[in-house]
Amino acid sequence: MREYYDDRIVALSARLVTPFIQLFALYVVFHGHYSPGGGFQGGAMLAASFLLIRLSIGTEAAQLQFRRTWGTPGSSIGTLVFLGTGLVVVFFGFNFLDYAGLPLGLPEPELRNLGILAVEIGVAVAVAATLTAIYDDLVGERPAAHHAGVEQATDLEEADQVEGPAWHEPAPEAGDG
Amino acid sequence: MRRLVLVVLLAFAGLLLYGIGHLPERGAPDAPVNTAESVVGSPNAATYYIENAYQDAETPNMVTVTLADYRGFDTLGETTVIFAAGIACALILRGSRE
Repeated sequence: MREYYDDRIVALSARLVTPFIQLFALYVVFHGHYSPGGGFQGGAMLAASFLLIRLSIGTEAAQLQFRRTWGTPGSSIGTLVFLGTGLVVVFFGFNFLDYAGLPLGLPEPELRNLGILAVEIGVAVAVAATLTAIYDDLVGERPAAHHAGVEQATDLEEADQVEGPAWHEPAPEAGDG
Repeated sequence: MRRLVLVVLLAFAGLLLYGIGHLPERGAPDAPVNTAESVVGSPNAATYYIENAYQDAETPNMVTVTLADYRGFDTLGETTVIFAAGIACALILRGSRE
């Protein structure tokens, strides 16, 4: 399976577009109070920017941007931010998820405003990390990385994977252009 | 069999289109959803949200207020579903490649 299309134009345009996608994703998250948008949409766009880099230059190189190991912790942290915002107010005598009980000393509507923002950020982090993690799980790690010098490949298929050409080598007919 | 399924689906689509023609206009103030009262006589939830969303949370987008504040528990459930999906993918897919 070819993991990505090894092409300079694709990589460059993805690199050019990604910061704008991420900026717009943050805008969608933080401007959700005033316009359509919010955590789910912004998180999905953030994940889209990560996946665009993964698809254009490959998962291995994209580790510099968003590591494979950050996916599951990220989704846990996002969910816990939401849950924690709801639970903090319980300790101050309010109902679960009643943001008016946040201990910040502001008028009640502003506390609710901030509570909504905290919750949206949690949702955005969870969605972005989870979608990226699902992609990484589906693609899997590079087979050669599993076997590199650690164990001798005895199975015929495994030997094929280890000895075969580099993973991301473009197909011959698409090579020159 | 295939023809029967097609006929049933077309009949169902016709029924739905017939129903759509009799819906009240979108956002009409005298539509049942906007005039109904709950069993204890208070205005229904949607009316309350529309009237009080800005005063309660100082947020002009009442969809956000409904989603994250009034119905925050529902959104927490949605986030948990996303989280569970990610964990399920990790458990199933990562294990199979060892």
